[in-house]
Amino acid sequence: MTELLRAHALSRTFKLPRAGLRSERSVRRALVEMNLTVNEGDRLGIVGESGSGKTTLARLLLGLDIPTSGTVSFLGETLPLSDMRRFRRQVQVVFQDPRSSLNPRMSVEDIVLEPLECLAVDEPHSARIDEVLTSVGLSRDMRRRYPHELSGGQRQRVAIARALAPRPRLLIADEPVSALDVLVRDEILALLANLTENLGLTMVLISHDLSVIARLCDDVVVMQNGVAVEQGKTVDVFRAPSHPFTKTLIASVPRLPEPS
Amino acid sequence: MTLLQVRNLTIRFGRKVVVDDVSFDLDAGERLGIIGESGSGKTLTSLAVIGLLPEGAVVDGSIVFDNVEILNRSDGQLSSIRGNHIGMVFQEPLTALNPLMRVGKQIAQPLRIHRGMRMKAALARATELCERVGLPDPERIVRSYPHQLSGGQRQRIGLAIALACDPSLLIADEPTTALDVTVQQEVLNLINELVREQGSALMFVSHDLPVVSMMTERVAVMRSGTMVELATVSKLFGGARHEYSQMLVRAARQSDDEFVRISEGGHR
Repeated sequence: MTELLRAHALSRTFKLPRAGLRSERSVRRALVEMNLTVNEGDRLGIVGESGSGKTTLARLLLGLDIPTSGTVSFLGETLPLSDMRRFRRQVQVVFQDPRSSLNPRMSVEDIVLEPLECLAVDEPHSARIDEVLTSVGLSRDMRRRYPHELSGGQRQRVAIARALAPRPRLLIADEPVSALDVLVRDEILALLANLTENLGLTMVLISHDLSVIARLCDDVVVMQNGVAVEQGKTVDVFRAPSHPFTKTLIASVPRLPEPS
Repeated sequence: MTLLQVRNLTIRFGRKVVVDDVSFDLDAGERLGIIGESGSGKTLTSLAVIGLLPEGAVVDGSIVFDNVEILNRSDGQLSSIRGNHIGMVFQEPLTALNPLMRVGKQIAQPLRIHRGMRMKAALARATELCERVGLPDPERIVRSYPHQLSGGQRQRIGLAIALACDPSLLIADEPTTALDVTVQQEVLNLINELVREQGSALMFVSHDLPVVSMMTERVAVMRSGTMVELATVSKLFGGARHEYSQMLVRAARQSDDEFVRISEGGHR
């Protein structure tokens, strides 16, 4: 199995603003000595509450932020690579809220075209746009539409299409369904399941929602206050959680009444 | 005894109808859920009950609370009900609280207004209320400002304010959507406990079916301004009649099953 991405003793510390003129600046350890491996074909979930360091981790894995200590390596090479475009062609991202991650002044076609141009993807762009829109369940006549003309679910499909356009090997999705209504959320989860199961896409999925992780991820890392408190196969971690925080988290999932 | 009777409630903004002919009853002490997606009109329905609709809303129909018609009453007439007989908890406690006022004073406010309590007595009661909503070290909490508290603590303060005057109806609009799951669980348990203790009715507005089914006995399903189904929780899960409710139940059931399959190996 090819190792795509590896985080080694990854830490990120933020300096906080002074509380007063004379006080020292305190620091916040957003991520502490994190180790993580993503192999080709993995579907890895990262779960934790707000402030647990999930998004900091995502930003570091994407090379969008520089670690305070430790490294992220892609195919054995430490980030940043001398040619980051090569990295970006293979590692793409979907953010939580498509309203803010899509440029409102660009049409769907231009949004999906942008990574093809910026990353100098060597294939006919127009045909690729059609192909990738189809693969996320959008029709060709969406090309000329603007984000405000689309529903929340369609917008998130566009964001996924943009990420998939350069044919990445790894997709990092940071809370991809948290801003969506229940039924739409279901559709997007089905789409992500389909992409990972049928197209062999590798995925790192970040979510606060255990049912999302249960549905889409084979492995899981549980984070609390910047520390990975537990990691393993999703089935094992959910069935027999060893860390008290994981236990609380699992017990907190709102459950349905028994079917009558 | 019927506490709240909503009949043919219709809310318009200009020509746009956002709530269309909605009717339902709520008995004293009953717990009713209103579920729907964004834009379904669930929040506007609950705001109409407390007379807090945004400007420009045209309202028709009837809302009778405790045998008094309250629709289209002036703010002055409604203020004796709001915060007194009807308490409300909002989604985002940070925006619902005044950032410039110590939380103790904010809890004391309804007591001073509706009960005519003196500041000192009201503050003493505020401290008791903090303790009742499970806040540690209430003496310190009442002297804090909202920004000094965590999200869960703030929502507990919101609850203390809403329940200060022992209302006969508590309206909670997505009270835990902004909170982490573990905190959500605590706050939901607290709402349940307080409502039961006090015997108040609960109107629980949410997009989250599992949460609603945990909190209430009856559920109204709303979609694009209409109430498509009103049924007991067990009827809804046993056999929802409307296609849309069936879809919601199926989606919730699927993710619950998936969770069960992973966490319990498929055995309930």
